[in-house]
Amino acid sequence: MLKVAGLQLWRGDRHVLRGLSFEGDPGQCVLLTGRNGAGKTSLIRVIAGLLDAEEGEVSWRGAPVRTNRQEFHSALAYLGHEPPLKGDLTGHENLRFSTGIRRPVGTIEIDAALTRTGAFAFADRPVRTLSAGQKRRVALAGVLLTRTVLWLLDEPTTNLDADGQQLVAELIGEHLGRNGLVVAAVHHPLPLPAANVVPIELGAAG
Amino acid sequence: MTTPRTSALDAARLVALRDLRLAFRKPSQLLQPLVFFMIVATLFPLSLTPEMSRLRDAAPGVLWVGALLSSLLALEFLFREDAQDGTLEQFALSGQSLTGMLFAKTCTHWLLTGLPLALIAPVAAGALGVPGDAMPGVIASLALGSFAMSLVGAVGAGLTLGARRGGVLLSLLTLPLAVPILIFGARATELAIGGGNIAPPLYLLGAIAVLGLTLAPLAAAAAVRIGLE
Repeated sequence: MLKVAGLQLWRGDRHVLRGLSFEGDPGQCVLLTGRNGAGKTSLIRVIAGLLDAEEGEVSWRGAPVRTNRQEFHSALAYLGHEPPLKGDLTGHENLRFSTGIRRPVGTIEIDAALTRTGAFAFADRPVRTLSAGQKRRVALAGVLLTRTVLWLLDEPTTNLDADGQQLVAELIGEHLGRNGLVVAAVHHPLPLPAANVVPIELGAAG
Repeated sequence: MTTPRTSALDAARLVALRDLRLAFRKPSQLLQPLVFFMIVATLFPLSLTPEMSRLRDAAPGVLWVGALLSSLLALEFLFREDAQDGTLEQFALSGQSLTGMLFAKTCTHWLLTGLPLALIAPVAAGALGVPGDAMPGVIASLALGSFAMSLVGAVGAGLTLGARRGGVLLSLLTLPLAVPILIFGARATELAIGGGNIAPPLYLLGAIAVLGLTLAPLAAAAAVRIGLE
């Protein structure tokens, strides 16, 4: 469903991705590992279309993403290093907006997602008063709410406690169960069934 | 997993509502350009001359330079915060038209900075000895001019997203494009004060605004996409 072919990416004078190719199908989780600076974040940003690779192509459902960006973006949820939340809005208001620009969404649905990620208790506080882990839980609820097939997660467990890391693994597991596709960059291994995982190690050949 | 999509118009409306809400949670940022404009406009009578007839001659220039500089000050914040907290990336990845959403942001920005500036301008103009019957002309020219300025500035704000201290760069990029706005705007204000027909320069200002309306949102979206890299 998602196909990455022959990606070549330079960041400044560093050749980060050297002819990287892989495929991901529904129900699979592509796990990107590698040391810091190996290009995990860059790869996720290339897939999302935020960064242009020098060579190579990303295709979605058989068509190059470059030519059907709008359709591809409607099908993906992206969560980067920083939770994309407005500090002066509450968690609930943030999700109402970020989900609302994608699809019509109601309060009950937002509350359900917040409850699922354990963020309901502090969803009515301005986000700037929350801890980094709490912000991440709100942001994860945002990913759930997009109801998209493809999740692009960059270090989704950052700042989360042990419970939270377990939660991320559960959420990914459930998403795979719904025939979703996940591309995640991780430091720590996630407890997922090995049959569903496509491991990609970046920067191994150095 | 097919879900109904938000229409482009609704997405733009949500962006505008969110920005309005954010602005009212943090009113200091809203007041800053207005206070700056008022300070500039009221310092001139103190420093130039107390003679009303001479002040009146200088009024169009003072009002417009003040308005231009204060809108440049405000433009710096147009996309910056959204870029920093990652919400602009989510705009770009929402599958909605980035052009439409940035246009909504730009219009909201004008509503929060340009329009209030035009509305308080009579206070500053009064201090410069502008007669009362010239005020509608002052307000109209500043409202139209600041709208054109916001549109032009949106492109500059998009282009300077990647720069760490983009403020000076933004001014340098935007000022050449802002000069026609300044010339026609000041002319309209001058004619309003002198009791002449202000329509011709207003039409020209309107033409610039329409040009900005058609081209600037597209250019701003392209610039923001580059800036997000």
